Amino acid sequence: MSPNFLGKNITMTETAEKIRDHFDLFHQPEYADMMDNKRKQFENSVGEAEVARVSDWTKTKEYQEKNFAREALVINPAKACQPLGAVFAAVGFEKTLPFVHGSQGCVAYYRSHFSRHFKEPTSCVSSSMTEDAAVFGGLNNMIDGLANSYALYKPKMIAVSTTCMAEVIGDDLNAFIKNAKEKGSVPQDFDVTYAHTPAFVGSHITGYDNVMKGVVEHFWDGKSGTVEKLERKPNESVNFLGGFDGNTVGNIREVKRIFELMGVDYTIFGDNSDVWDTPADGEFRMYDGGTTLEQAANAIHAKATISMQEFCTEKTLATIAAHGQEVVAFNSPIGITGTDRFLQAISRITGKAIPEALTKERGRLVDAIGDSSAHIHGKKFAIFGDPDLCYGLAEFILELGGEPTHILATNGNKTWEAKVQALLDSSPFGVNCKVYAGKDLWHLRSLLFTEPVDFMIGNTYGKYLERDTGTPLIRMGFPVFDRHHHHRSPIWGYQGTMNVLVKILDKIFDEMDKATNIAGKTDLSFDIIR
Amino acid sequence: MSTAVAESPADIKERNKKLIGEVLEAYPDKSAKRRAKHLNSYEAEKAECSVKSNIKSIPGVMTIRGCAYAGSKGVVWGPIKDMVHISHGPVGCGQYSWGSRRNYYKGNTGIDTFGTMQFTSDFQEKDIVFGGDKKLGKIIDEIQELFPLNRGISVQSECPIGLIGDDIEAVSKAKTKQYDGKPIIPVRCEGFRGVSQSLGHHIANDVIRDWVFDKAGDKVATFESTPYDVAIIGDYNIGGDAWASRILLEEMGLRVIAQWSGDGTIAELENTPKAKLNILHCYRSMNYITRHMEEKFGIPWVEYNFFGPTKIEASLREIASKFDDKIKEGAERVIAKYKPRMQAIVDRYRPRLEGKKVMLYVGGLRPRHVIGAYEDLGMEVVGTGYEFGHNDDYQRTTHYVKDGTLIYDDVTGYEFEKFVEKVRPDLVGSGIKEKYIFQKMGVPFRQMHSWDYSGPYHGYDGFAIFARDMDIAINAPIWKLTKAPWS
Repeated sequence: MSPNFLGKNITMTETAEKIRDHFDLFHQPEYADMMDNKRKQFENSVGEAEVARVSDWTKTKEYQEKNFAREALVINPAKACQPLGAVFAAVGFEKTLPFVHGSQGCVAYYRSHFSRHFKEPTSCVSSSMTEDAAVFGGLNNMIDGLANSYALYKPKMIAVSTTCMAEVIGDDLNAFIKNAKEKGSVPQDFDVTYAHTPAFVGSHITGYDNVMKGVVEHFWDGKSGTVEKLERKPNESVNFLGGFDGNTVGNIREVKRIFELMGVDYTIFGDNSDVWDTPADGEFRMYDGGTTLEQAANAIHAKATISMQEFCTEKTLATIAAHGQEVVAFNSPIGITGTDRFLQAISRITGKAIPEALTKERGRLVDAIGDSSAHIHGKKFAIFGDPDLCYGLAEFILELGGEPTHILATNGNKTWEAKVQALLDSSPFGVNCKVYAGKDLWHLRSLLFTEPVDFMIGNTYGKYLERDTGTPLIRMGFPVFDRHHHHRSPIWGYQGTMNVLVKILDKIFDEMDKATNIAGKTDLSFDIIR
Repeated sequence: MSTAVAESPADIKERNKKLIGEVLEAYPDKSAKRRAKHLNSYEAEKAECSVKSNIKSIPGVMTIRGCAYAGSKGVVWGPIKDMVHISHGPVGCGQYSWGSRRNYYKGNTGIDTFGTMQFTSDFQEKDIVFGGDKKLGKIIDEIQELFPLNRGISVQSECPIGLIGDDIEAVSKAKTKQYDGKPIIPVRCEGFRGVSQSLGHHIANDVIRDWVFDKAGDKVATFESTPYDVAIIGDYNIGGDAWASRILLEEMGLRVIAQWSGDGTIAELENTPKAKLNILHCYRSMNYITRHMEEKFGIPWVEYNFFGPTKIEASLREIASKFDDKIKEGAERVIAKYKPRMQAIVDRYRPRLEGKKVMLYVGGLRPRHVIGAYEDLGMEVVGTGYEFGHNDDYQRTTHYVKDGTLIYDDVTGYEFEKFVEKVRPDLVGSGIKEKYIFQKMGVPFRQMHSWDYSGPYHGYDGFAIFARDMDIAINAPIWKLTKAPWS
């Protein structure tokens, strides 16, 4: 023990016998005192009473009104920018390297963001534009960049998208790529798809849509005028688009299993389930799996295209429809009814019957819900996330007898709002729910104070709301940074829905136990059977 | 894994030369020539590492670098906890940098502190076409209304701001006036400026000079000065690093009046010119403002290194040497007190880590600063490089590295993978983008930006955690199971 400048004795808290982690270490008295002194002496802090007063004020209806009157400031939005979705879509094709034209820092961000969610590498390059490119345009960056990427990473295809920098200065991707090919950066017949993905339009789901549309147009419409357009010769196959999806690894595998059980000839258009789930066996696979380029081209002949997420694929579906295919869009179907509709649509399109195995899975899910829904019935839920996921989750909660209360999508639009409202209107459990398009998580914070709910479903950022409002968070969507491997579990299909059910129930039971686990005080109903 | 056979520096240099030659062969000629300047072996006794640095990255190669916005908002400004930092432009930049750097702070988030929040102007097409200045003004008004306890606002420019000709300085000045001199600070850290995060640090430092110091001149410190007042500069309190450092400085009798910028406040920035000594950890990101304070306010500065007991000991003495005997005695007392405890940590972990080889690739100060901590555990750093270092970083690196150490500046994904594949270190220390690549290859890994969500790693407490974490990584049983018995 030795005295510090305040005359207080400081001892060291870490010893070889007991090494504390940060969540323990900094609550030791030595550190707690140090932080208190720092605040009192040097931070010009307003004092605890004033902090408490303002904190209480932020929980009021009055604050909520001011908060909802915001016209310009966005706080804690539940959306990212287009280029992120562009990379998500691009890595779904065989040996495809996403190439983002613009500032390089953006690419570092997308790669980090995906790696934090999937716990996997994400390969993607930038054309590294700097000030001179801002003045003269990024053509040289495209020419050198494509040449370097092609030489180093030996892709089968390069999918070019843009950052806001390239969009503001107006770089013309089609012309640049043509130019780069003429300069020999990549062979003339090498597949380079492109999509303009300005960050100041839409969100990550728009970026997904634009890249998918770009890939469709590239392969089906003559590769930017370099080859003949493909002529559609309809066959019996079905294309499937998953949309931007935090559970893509588990979901795509589940959908494949369903297609195989039904005997459907299918193409997953943009299959990133392998590249974001490679084994640790001594080899780093920069590319793995993915939709082959032949499959991408041949997808034109499919009978129909099914999109699992309508609001992620609006332009892509319109483009596909214009080629003569039937297009069917869902809103991240979760639950019995949603999955029924999905399977019935596949069955109708392909003429294949829904096999007994899937009917049995349905029965098991009904059975499980029947066993457990008493615990969910009447519970209030806040749901936030991407538009389609919000819809799918809301439909499932209604099915469970739960009551969606706040549904919020920062990247939702008026059409989405109306669609979710129609869903709520269809159920007596939806009468007390409001839908919020274009609002952010600071809006939701106010709502959770003024109109509290029992549980909240959303991504990792919801943990700040859980801390502030005490609403338990059930993690679902993208990103989930602070829990591991959830993306491996499907949430689609009857089996996927079972996973969602178990997650909701686990949280409910955990909360029940937490509320009843103080010996001699609250443990009257600390039951061994729930 | 690395073999136990000792290689001579000459052998290693020969191997490195071959290895560098091999990776360069994969590039088109023009790019190979450019990259060749960034790769080398360290030659003992040389005063630099013989690599070029702080040069534009080559397009299309998968550089690991970030941008000026990341350097300003993500590093320098973001941790100032009682200010609201607006990510000004489209939604993404603020979203990807939201809460991910683990700059710990104490406060009531959303009320008197705002560190783990994402404030953005969420630019739409109309803002690009018509300009965002009016929107920015409105945003500042809304912040004032909803967050009355904020002590200042910074405007962190994203790429479009500088391209569309917005005048964020004019808006900031007008709003400062409207709100009675409140610090409202425009930062021109558009991501396309410069070649990496580094220019963002510099811009952020210059903005503190111009918009904090120059405007805080007549504010009076809320405390009485003492002869022992110091400021911690360039510690971002990742996982609590600055706290684990501050506690030692206080214990030796110094008084820390400011933390730049981890767990920092605008009041601390404004009061720093009253420090008797600035002590600088991350030289790269904050040498600019430290030099400015030396020139303008006559505050001397000293670099220090709080990774591992050997370097901590030397640093405590170096810092103490700038003060009187009371502090010198304080430093000796602190060193003596912790010595047996550190020895116990080393005794526990060194036998498990002795002789293990490490390759690093990080930013800021870490490609050199952490080497001593590894050596305290009997480990050897065989390769290192900087994401955004300058020549003065590589000069400083010579004090740390051994003859023949492989040096790679602004390494590309391709190069790093090949280097690790051939050198086969027992541990790689780099970032989240690299982590899973090397773990797939069966090479243990620790994130040396975020401490892999652990930390602190600074100070004596930090070293205990560092030692344990390196053991966790290297001696995890899973790395022996990567090959199926039948394959």
